[in-house]
Amino acid sequence: MTGPRLPTARGEVSAGLLSALRDGELRRPPPGALDPYGDDLQLALYLLYELHYQGFEGVAEDLEWDPGLLALRRTLERRFLAALRADVPPHADAGQALAALLVEPVGPDDTSVSHYLRREGELWQLREYAVLRSLYHLKEADPHAWVIPRLRGRAKAAMVAVEFDEFGAGRADEIHARMFADLMGDLDLEPAYGHYLEQAPAEALATVNLMSLFGLHRALRGALVGHFATVEVTSPPDSRRLAAALRRTGAGAAAQRFYDEHVAADAVHEQVVRRDVVGGLLASEPHLEADVAFGVHATGFLEDRLGDRLLRTWRRRRSALRVPLPDGEGRRTS
Amino acid sequence: MANSPERPRRVTIDPDGPMLVEGPVEVVCADGTVATSRRFTAAICTCRRSRIYPWCDTSHRRRTDRDQGAT
Repeated sequence: MTGPRLPTARGEVSAGLLSALRDGELRRPPPGALDPYGDDLQLALYLLYELHYQGFEGVAEDLEWDPGLLALRRTLERRFLAALRADVPPHADAGQALAALLVEPVGPDDTSVSHYLRREGELWQLREYAVLRSLYHLKEADPHAWVIPRLRGRAKAAMVAVEFDEFGAGRADEIHARMFADLMGDLDLEPAYGHYLEQAPAEALATVNLMSLFGLHRALRGALVGHFATVEVTSPPDSRRLAAALRRTGAGAAAQRFYDEHVAADAVHEQVVRRDVVGGLLASEPHLEADVAFGVHATGFLEDRLGDRLLRTWRRRRSALRVPLPDGEGRRTS
Repeated sequence: MANSPERPRRVTIDPDGPMLVEGPVEVVCADGTVATSRRFTAAICTCRRSRIYPWCDTSHRRRTDRDQGAT
């Protein structure tokens, strides 16, 4: 099995990194006024993180631990994290941060992508949504597995139970990433890992980079847990609306199944994560509470930025992708 | 999950949410239909609003106008 192909550069930093990944020689431009949420930084960070997951075709596997690349990653991470710390107001109360997510709006929410897709989403928009989410869902729950050795006791037991479920509870065809690949098949999309990296704008890359950042740093284990709780808490209502959108547009059985499964599964996971993963972590390490709250709010902040881009472009009947889908995949089937 | 005298199945009650039952579990509904969950834990709806009854779908959550804020 070959890994995904390297994408094209989006600026000086990602160009320097791409040439280093190809020939091993890193030419580091000073990342002076680099936009922490921009395409260049987010792509470079994504490429560096991907070395820890599946890598790329033609890229040496041992570059994962190349000191020069790790130093570049650290520089980019610090810039990204500093921006998030500045943009997400400090909150001390993790319970309050999660409680705010446990309330559903009475009517349609004009700022919510899943509300939009349920009411008026067309098949081409659902396909674009799947393209952008594929960067995470094809490695669903992988970034969170890194936190396991950093947890103890109740938090660890509960985290592993939820991850076991995400990874198919022992059955390969029920791994959530595999179920998402099946969804992509129903939507006439290419389900190969990392295939749509070129299409993903910075806003989409940032949501995945956040998980890798939190997952790879033990110091950010509280934020990772806050992030995971946010995903599980917000998933059931979103998944129900997305399943309804896919049902209405006749996307197919596997496409519906992915989101139907997430309604039932994440209604359980949400309870277990709040009660035992967050509760267990804060019982043993109460000083991490502000980090858990930061993880919740940083996730919401980046998801809102992505949602803004999707709704802004779709409402003008424009593609939300950075570049169009390749020939043969770009048909607007609506 | 084992269910033995040494390790009895655990059921967790939450007045504001579903009942959590260690799986696998069968639920016999009032009309005689049987729902099965193989999950490590099942969340059984207690608010009766779930659209996937007997399982929880988070329909018990409080609803509010966005303008009034979430808390």
